[in-house]
Amino acid sequence: MPLVKGGKIAADALVHVADDAEIPGDGGILISAARFLGDAEALLQRTGKTGVIWPNNRDVDDLVPWLDRLAAVALVFPNFRDGRAYSQARVLRERHGYRGELRATGQVLRDQFVFMLRAGFDAFQVNKESDAQAFAATVKRYSVFYQPTGDGRITALHRRMQLRHSESAGQ
Amino acid sequence: MYAYDELDRTIINERVEEFRDQVKRRLSGELTEDEFKMLRLQNGVYLQLHAYMFRVAIPYGTLSSEQLRRLAHVARKYDRGYGHFTTRQNIQFNWIKLAELPDALADLADVGIHAMQTSGNNTRNVTSDQWAGVAPGEVEDPRIWSELLRQYTTLHPEFSFLPRKFKFAITASDHDRAAIKVHDIGLRLHKNADGETGFEVLVGGGLGRTPFIGKTIKPFVHGHDLLSYVEAILRVYNQYGRRDNIYKARIKILVHELGIEKFAREVEEEWLQMRDSALQIDDSVIADIRSRFSYPAYEKLPHTPDELKKAAHDPHFEAWRRNSTFPHKAPGYAIVVLSLKPVGGPPGDATADQMDAIADLADKYSFGEIRVGHEQNLALPHVARRDLPALWKALDSIGVATPNVNLVSDIIACPGLDYCSLANARSIPIAQELTRRFANHDTANLIGRLHINISGCINACGHHHVGHIGILGVEKNGEEFYQITIGGRADEKAEVGTLIGPAVPYGDVADVVEDIVEAYLALRARPDELFIDTVKRLGVEPFRERVYATR
Repeated sequence: MPLVKGGKIAADALVHVADDAEIPGDGGILISAARFLGDAEALLQRTGKTGVIWPNNRDVDDLVPWLDRLAAVALVFPNFRDGRAYSQARVLRERHGYRGELRATGQVLRDQFVFMLRAGFDAFQVNKESDAQAFAATVKRYSVFYQPTGDGRITALHRRMQLRHSESAGQ
Repeated sequence: MYAYDELDRTIINERVEEFRDQVKRRLSGELTEDEFKMLRLQNGVYLQLHAYMFRVAIPYGTLSSEQLRRLAHVARKYDRGYGHFTTRQNIQFNWIKLAELPDALADLADVGIHAMQTSGNNTRNVTSDQWAGVAPGEVEDPRIWSELLRQYTTLHPEFSFLPRKFKFAITASDHDRAAIKVHDIGLRLHKNADGETGFEVLVGGGLGRTPFIGKTIKPFVHGHDLLSYVEAILRVYNQYGRRDNIYKARIKILVHELGIEKFAREVEEEWLQMRDSALQIDDSVIADIRSRFSYPAYEKLPHTPDELKKAAHDPHFEAWRRNSTFPHKAPGYAIVVLSLKPVGGPPGDATADQMDAIADLADKYSFGEIRVGHEQNLALPHVARRDLPALWKALDSIGVATPNVNLVSDIIACPGLDYCSLANARSIPIAQELTRRFANHDTANLIGRLHINISGCINACGHHHVGHIGILGVEKNGEEFYQITIGGRADEKAEVGTLIGPAVPYGDVADVVEDIVEAYLALRARPDELFIDTVKRLGVEPFRERVYATR
């Protein structure tokens, strides 16, 4: 499954290491939350980068002590109808100030890209090659947004207020 | 009326183009039906028994004449010449072709109508009092806040894949015409001691398989905090609402399982962390939305003009005037309800020709505005009382002046087994038969206010739980049976009805309802004791006895 990062298909710098597989001595790894929490300090001492796969039914607050040392947090969409990870993403970005990679995994389809970007995801493990290739075009579908989120896009309400101000300034 | 600006128009046009692409990918096989299903639902498209059904939103029940004409156009061009107004201020078209849907949506988008989130597990059309802005005694126009919520809930990046559907309703009157107590979030606008606008917030109401009356989670949330508070509720629900069982996934179950106190604490904790965020709305934002609502310039008119005095001699006109016109906040004006419940007709249906004619009458008599209520009737909200006789003639000639508003034949019903793939039993023919039984206007008037609600299955789209008489279709050994409840109501005293006895077969339903009504006429303390009050006073037992004595 292709990884989209920085708006285009990119090589994955992290190797997914299963719970029963040995952790490599160096290089980036992506491991389960259970494994990470079992030995977080030691894992973070390694030379390679560390990413954690965080399940969508566990409070992301539990990750806070390590957030500034994690290279990636991978949130999970077990199927695209299960939207819990959108809330987790916003809490990580907007409340806990997480700035590392936030990766969408699981059933990730084209029609979720805009929502995911707005919630703070910046990396996408996309199910279909065609969807990954359509990423750049798809995220341009919308140019107006009603809700404020941490992605910094200006909302319709505030654009209106700006327009009002510039109109009254021009008079 | 709220006027879309360039930004609102851009969003719905972009949505239409996105859906056009999704339909194209479905038709080419690039999307599986499973993948496509949620996408089409989020655009109001269901697959029903015979065809695709298309549900269009009428936010807070307000339509312009131009918009109603466009709905007529869609009915004519893409459907079979009629539409069905629902209990949640939507209109449904039952015979749409998938390949034509993007064009139908584009035609609607031209006049600022959309079908976003009229189905699917997301925040649905925000509904309100259909008399908002014109009802006497209203605190303030709730549609300003409804529109704010419409924008906030449209394409929300965090809450477009909730555990289950989520419905808002909002009222600003003491008498609740928006049924806020049976919504996921109900909002009652009121003012605090300092005269500031805010909301009593109710949560966890809903009908369906497990009916609950909403509970107050916070008695006053300041208007500035409305969006952050709503976001806190939605976030708690998104994370903790059940996803393992579709029948337990609504917020009402979460609230019930946690208890309102614990749920309220969770929400409060979440809210306090984001109250001072970009979601806080200041007065200038509210003023900006308010400025895009236009209000009629009412004339100074007499309450009893000569035209009314003259027409009072016509008993047919008088019967209609007494039944279907209601007090307006402006002197000399009336709110006129258009009954979509003709004798023998399916409740809530209107033909394209009727819609066009009503749009013309709205232009002539109601400042171009039409309202849609959850009772599946329409209203002209600003009619000068002097115009009532002329308007009545015109409405009568197109079949929408049946003087049965709020009476026994003003029945709310879902489409039932005639259209719906979820239904166990038919609803429409039951309603049609009942309107025939109670066709005599004098009898109906004698009975007085009585709401009958019919649902063809446990999903309760006909809101049977809150009908004064509720009728629920079930299936027993392959046959249609109906459970009958009495004593339900959807207003500020909302209550779930009580089952009166064993289910009865299709052919007996109208007889049973007649028996219940006769029992009421015999049991009521005074002629002005309403059915619902008699049931409250006596309970269901005396009704049960009379209905089942001979069965």
